[in-house]
Amino acid sequence: MIEARALTKYFDDFHAVETVSLSVPAGRVLALLGPNGAGKTTTVRMLTSILKPTSGTAIVAGYDVVRQPEGVRANVGILTEHHGLYLRSTGREYLDFFGELYGVAANVRRQRIGELLDRFGMAEAAGRRTSEYSKGMRQKLALIRSMLHDPPVLLLDEPTSAMDPQSAKLVRDAIADLRTDNRAIILCTHNLPEAEALADTIAIIRKGRIIASGTTDDLKDQLLGPALMELRFAAPVDGVAQTLSDVATIVEQGADWVRYCAASPETANPLILSRLARDGVSVFTLAEAPRSLEAVYLRAVEEDESALRS
Amino acid sequence: MIAFPITRSNLGRAIVITRREIRDGMRDWRIIVPILVLTIFFPGLMNFTASRAVAFVTDYGAPVIGERLIPFLLMIVGFFPISVSLVIALESFVGEKERFSLEPLLSSPLTNLQLYIGKTLASAMPPLLASYLGIIVYLAGLYINLRWTPPLHLLVQIVALTTVQATVMVSAAVVVSTQTTSVRAANLMASFVIIPMALLVQGESLVMFWARYDVLWVIIFGLIMVNAVLVRMGVRLFNREELLRREIDEINLKAMWRVFSREFVGEAGFSPVRWYRIEVGKSLRKIRWPIAIMIALVSVAFFIGWQHAPVYQLPAQWITLIGNNIQLRDRLEQFGLFSARGVAVILFQNLRASLLASFLGVFSFGVLAAIVFMIPTGLVGYLAGQVALAGFNPLLFIGAFVLPHGLAEIPASILIGAATIHLGASFISPPPGKTVMDGWLIALADWTKVFMGLAAPLLALAALLEVFVTPAVVVAVLGG
Repeated sequence: MIEARALTKYFDDFHAVETVSLSVPAGRVLALLGPNGAGKTTTVRMLTSILKPTSGTAIVAGYDVVRQPEGVRANVGILTEHHGLYLRSTGREYLDFFGELYGVAANVRRQRIGELLDRFGMAEAAGRRTSEYSKGMRQKLALIRSMLHDPPVLLLDEPTSAMDPQSAKLVRDAIADLRTDNRAIILCTHNLPEAEALADTIAIIRKGRIIASGTTDDLKDQLLGPALMELRFAAPVDGVAQTLSDVATIVEQGADWVRYCAASPETANPLILSRLARDGVSVFTLAEAPRSLEAVYLRAVEEDESALRS
Repeated sequence: MIAFPITRSNLGRAIVITRREIRDGMRDWRIIVPILVLTIFFPGLMNFTASRAVAFVTDYGAPVIGERLIPFLLMIVGFFPISVSLVIALESFVGEKERFSLEPLLSSPLTNLQLYIGKTLASAMPPLLASYLGIIVYLAGLYINLRWTPPLHLLVQIVALTTVQATVMVSAAVVVSTQTTSVRAANLMASFVIIPMALLVQGESLVMFWARYDVLWVIIFGLIMVNAVLVRMGVRLFNREELLRREIDEINLKAMWRVFSREFVGEAGFSPVRWYRIEVGKSLRKIRWPIAIMIALVSVAFFIGWQHAPVYQLPAQWITLIGNNIQLRDRLEQFGLFSARGVAVILFQNLRASLLASFLGVFSFGVLAAIVFMIPTGLVGYLAGQVALAGFNPLLFIGAFVLPHGLAEIPASILIGAATIHLGASFISPPPGKTVMDGWLIALADWTKVFMGLAAPLLALAALLEVFVTPAVVVAVLGG
């Protein structure tokens, strides 16, 4: 659905985006993570045919971003960083205007606007001017606008940034639904738990380049090493390291806990548990030690920084 | 090449934008109040003024002033409401940019042309309708008070004039709006629209009091031409990328110099021979169409001059040089000919005139430069006509008095004129992917290459020929 190959964008001497390649099939969500000014918005604008790439190609919903810009734009729903509503219009007028611009027939438009307003809890506010809306309501209205023409591709820049927790959950649920609806979605966000919860693939962009990409698990393995297992005991225990030394490598340990990594946890873990049971050690929990996306992100940035320095 | 397909689909989508903007505008008291005042109160006031003034001047036996004042006020009543269109158009794009609502609009499947038409119509329509309404209110009042009705042709002229003035202001303001980064900057740039329009209205006022209403047709035609250029410019310069990208208006002299010097030096490096062969040649190829236009224009100027010779015929005794050739050489020397000083004076004069013409051309899309270069050939045509009317051979006049130095000077004028048209046109039509400023700097580099590489040396040669060869040929042909 979205296939970008070596997309590059220079503004005079400034290299905003450098050889970015992305692939988002239908029914998948890609989270584009990166600091401000990393090139996320420029990439999204190229994928919407607003900016022309300096080099590289991208096909979005079957249309070439350079040669078929109108086709691309008709099939993309975009939530921009600044939602920029028309403050003298009512919510319904605003949506109706964009529906008409996207060529949605009047009866379909009416029905879809009604459905989406209901879904996002905005039906009551639809007749009020958008100048009276809170930040979160404006964000929701802009999100409804991006979905109004039922686009197969959605490019969402910080979709929950201004929302209260309840609204944010509503939006996250909507994105999850859209994914199951066979749409390709790119999510630009700073909210790492949200990215982890919603995205199938993560791409970390820095200084215009993708410095790491893959599924969350792949990235964790790649950047943080293999999964760490954490054993917690019911009481302090001595000599556990010796018991486990032939099946796992102990990384850290305390009086009543130990963290280890094993080449194959599927075979190592049952073996470890049976040995501990044999030795009369009461195991409280055995679980994978938490490895956050934040740690992945920070490690990726750190590695890139040291690579650039060297 | 930009096409202008005003199709039903283009208009349909454009009108979606127009409708929304008009609806929003009608909710803005800053637009509504001036429109209402200028539509109802102002025509009423003008009506009162006209009635009083007519009564006053009639009492003093000068009814002609009243007769001229009424149509003049009709024009003013039509003009005032359309001034609002300037405010709306100026913020059409840059206002949306400031309010961050531009990106969703640019992300929609609208073409550049649809966006441009939609915005332009939205800016022009409400003030124009207000203007027509103001005219109706004014005329209704006049009919009630004075039983005065305008002649049909005058009414058509005023309506046409009002309409084209509104569209010119809107087209120019939309161009400004797409090229600035803030509403404040757009308002400052609006002087380039307001000052010419103010001068135009003053000129029109003179025409109205002079009662030469036929001149209004010329003004209307001229404004239609200007509007065509501005619309072309607006569509061509409309660039989504630039609209979103530019954050501040700044003069970056270093970057400007880089663009200019890169284009000026090109692939030649420091080799003058390569510069002539590659770079001057490249610029010449770029201005081949303007060269053809200049050749056509100077030819037309010659024939216009020739045609006007019988209309403004000089007394026969003025054409004495050809018939009275006693001590001709001495007389020519009195004018500084046959001297090195004469060469310097002529070269300085020609360079000054060329630079001034080019300077004027920058501000008029090249038009004024072309006109300046047409004047000498027009005069040659006129004088050749006078010579013929006096019974002499015009070819002898041209061959002796013009051709020897003209062989260098005329091509130099054509080249400078063509390079200046190219420079002026770069505003309307920058190269694809280039900003207006970059396009202009590239055209300036072309102009400089043509001027330094060809035109200036040709003018120097022409000055030498004009001082030493032309007079010698004249003396040889005419004797003395």
